[in-house]
Amino acid sequence: MTDTDTTVRESTGSPKRTDISDVRRRRSLPWWAVPAVVLVVALALPFSTLYIPGLFEGALNSPSTLHLLALCLVFGGLATSYDLLYGRVGLLSFGHALYFACGAYVAALLMSVLDLPLLWAAVIAVTGGTLLALLLGAVSLRVNGIALAMVTLAFAEAGSILISRDPGRWTGGEEGLSLSAEAVPDAFVGVVNTVNLYWVAVGYLVVVLAVVWWLGASPVGRVWQGIRANEQRVAVLGINPYPYKLVAFTVGGGLASLGGVAYLLVNGGVTPGITTAEFTLTLLVMVALGGAGTRWGPLLGAALYTYAEHRLLQSGGAFEALPAWIGAPLSQPLFILGTLFVLMVFFFPGGLVALPGRIRAAVRDRRTERTRKADPA
Amino acid sequence: MSTVVLLIVTGLGLGALYFLIASGLSLIFGLMDVLNFAHGAFLAIGAYGTWWAAENLPGAGPAGVGFLLAMVFGVAAGTLAAVLVELCVIRPLYGRHREQILATVGLSLAVPALIQAIWGADPHTFPKPELVSGTLPLLGVNVPKDRYLLILAAIVVFVALWLFNSRTRYGLIVRAGVQDRAMVTALGIDVRKSFTLVFAIGGAAAALAGSLGGLYFGVVTPTQGMSLLIFAFIVVVIGGTTSLTGCAIASVTVGLIQQFANYYTVAGLGDIAVVAVLAAVLLTRQGGLTGKKSAERVA
Repeated sequence: MTDTDTTVRESTGSPKRTDISDVRRRRSLPWWAVPAVVLVVALALPFSTLYIPGLFEGALNSPSTLHLLALCLVFGGLATSYDLLYGRVGLLSFGHALYFACGAYVAALLMSVLDLPLLWAAVIAVTGGTLLALLLGAVSLRVNGIALAMVTLAFAEAGSILISRDPGRWTGGEEGLSLSAEAVPDAFVGVVNTVNLYWVAVGYLVVVLAVVWWLGASPVGRVWQGIRANEQRVAVLGINPYPYKLVAFTVGGGLASLGGVAYLLVNGGVTPGITTAEFTLTLLVMVALGGAGTRWGPLLGAALYTYAEHRLLQSGGAFEALPAWIGAPLSQPLFILGTLFVLMVFFFPGGLVALPGRIRAAVRDRRTERTRKADPA
Repeated sequence: MSTVVLLIVTGLGLGALYFLIASGLSLIFGLMDVLNFAHGAFLAIGAYGTWWAAENLPGAGPAGVGFLLAMVFGVAAGTLAAVLVELCVIRPLYGRHREQILATVGLSLAVPALIQAIWGADPHTFPKPELVSGTLPLLGVNVPKDRYLLILAAIVVFVALWLFNSRTRYGLIVRAGVQDRAMVTALGIDVRKSFTLVFAIGGAAAALAGSLGGLYFGVVTPTQGMSLLIFAFIVVVIGGTTSLTGCAIASVTVGLIQQFANYYTVAGLGDIAVVAVLAAVLLTRQGGLTGKKSAERVA
C-alpha cells in the first residue's frame, strides 16, 4: 500500500519538475550549451596555472592537482554508470564494484603476465567485464528489489574474496597489483605525464556520459523510465521488462569495467579496496549525493565525494588542535561523509542537483505570498 | 573422523553466529521491509562494548562473572544503539524504503569509522575467560569450548524468539504485521510500536553475536561486522526472509558448507561455494527454502 503511494508521488512529482526546467532551458539555451561549456572547462584546466589557495595544494596544472581531478572524473564516470542502473532503471544493485574491479584486475594481469600492450589488454578486460555483467545479470535479474540487492552483493563478495585470498598467487592479495611500466606507452608513465592521465579520465567520462545520455533518450531509455515508475504496468502493456533490465545491467557493467582500466592507469595500480561491498556503498552515496537519475547528478556527487575524501585525508592533522573526543572522529573521512549522507537523505532527498530547483521554488512561493499581501485584490 | 567432528562443531558455531545476526535481519526485513545495513554496526558496537567494559567498567573483568557483566554491557549498548537508530533515523522515513536503506548505508559507513577513530584500526585482543578457553572432548575430539557457547547461545536465542513469536501478544502482532501490515493497522493496532521492539530485539541479537564473535575470532576489528553481515544477508535470502526456522536451517547449512569447503579445498573457496548455493536456491526456488512470501515486495 505504502509502496504505491511513494511511486505515485514520485511519478507525478518528477516529470512536472523536468517539464518546467525543459521549457526554461529551451527558451534560453540550446541543449548542448551546458555540456559544451563543461567540456571546454575540462579541456582548458591543464593549461591554466591558476592557483586557488585552500581548494587545491598546487596550481591547477600541477601533477598533484591534475591527479586528484583525474580521479574525480573517473569516479564521476563510474558513478554515472552505476546511476544507469540505480537512477534510470531503478535496479538496486550492490555489486557494481565487481565489474570495475574486473576491468582493472584483468587489464593489470594481462599486461603483467601475458605482456599484452595496453590497448589489447583494455579491449579484453572490457569485453570480459561486459560478458561477466551479462552472465551475472541474467542470473540475478530473475529476482527483484531487495533480493536483487542481496544477490548482486553476494556475487560481488565472492569476487572480492577471490581477489583478496589470492588462490593462484596472481592478484597480489591484500597488496594488490601495480601497473607494469613496460606494457604501458611512455606517455602514461611518470609524474611529468600526469596530464595525459587526466586526458584519459576526461575521455572515459565523455564516453560514459555520451552512452548513458544517448541510451536514456532512445526508445530503450523510455522503457527504462517506465520500469522505474512501475514495472508491473510496463509488463501489462505487453513489454517484457527483463531484456531491458539486462541491457542496462550489461551496459552499466561494461562501462564500469572500462572505468576500471582508466582507474588502473590513473592510479598506477589496484588494491582489493575497490572490490569490497563498501566501495559499492560509496558509489551509492555518490549517486544519491548528487541526485539519482539526473544528467549531472552522479558526476557532481562523485567528484565532490572524491575531492572531499582526499582533502579530508590530507587535512587529517588539522583536527589535532581540537580536543580528542571531537578531533578523532573528524579525522575519519568516512565518518564525516557517512554522517553528512544520512543528514542529506533527511533534508535534501533529491540530491545536490535538485537543490537550485528547491531554492527557486521557495523563493517563488515567498514572492507570490508577498505580492498577494501587497495586492489583496 | 576426528577432523569431520571438529569441522561439524566449528561449522555449527559459525552457523550459530550467522543465525544471531540473520534472525534480527529477517525480523526487521519481514516486518518493516528495511534492509538494515546498520546491523553490522550494532554487531561492532556489541563487540567493542564488551571489550571496553571488560577492561574499564568497574565490576566487570576479563573472567568469570565480570565477563558476563561485560557481555551484558555490550548487548545493552547494541540494543540501545538499535533503538536510537530506529527512533531517530528509520522512524522519520516511514514509507520511504529507498531512503531508509540509504540512511542505514550511511550509518554502516559512519559507525565503523567512528569506532576506528576512537580505538584505532588495529585488531584488539578479546578477553577469554577461563570457562571458555581450552577444549572439551566430544566423541574423542578436542573441541574448543567457545564453539559450545556459541551453539548454546544460538539455541537459547532461537527458543526465546520462538516463544516470543508464538506465546506473547507482541509476538502475535509482529507475526501478523509480517503477513499483512496494512490489515493489522486497519484493525486498530499501532504496528509502529512493534517496529521499535523488533529493532531492539535485532540489535540485541546482533550485539550478542558481536561479543560472542569476539570470543570465536579472538580479536575485534571495526570492519568485522560488514563481512559477517554479507553472509547474514545470504542466510536471510536462502532461509526465505521471514521464517525463523528457515533462517536457522539456512545458517547451519551455510556455516557447514563454508567450513567443509574451506578445509577440503582451497581456503576461500568455501565462501564462494556459499554464493553458488545462493544462486542455485534463487534459480530453483524464489523466495527461499521455506518462505511462502518472496523478498520481491520492495522495489
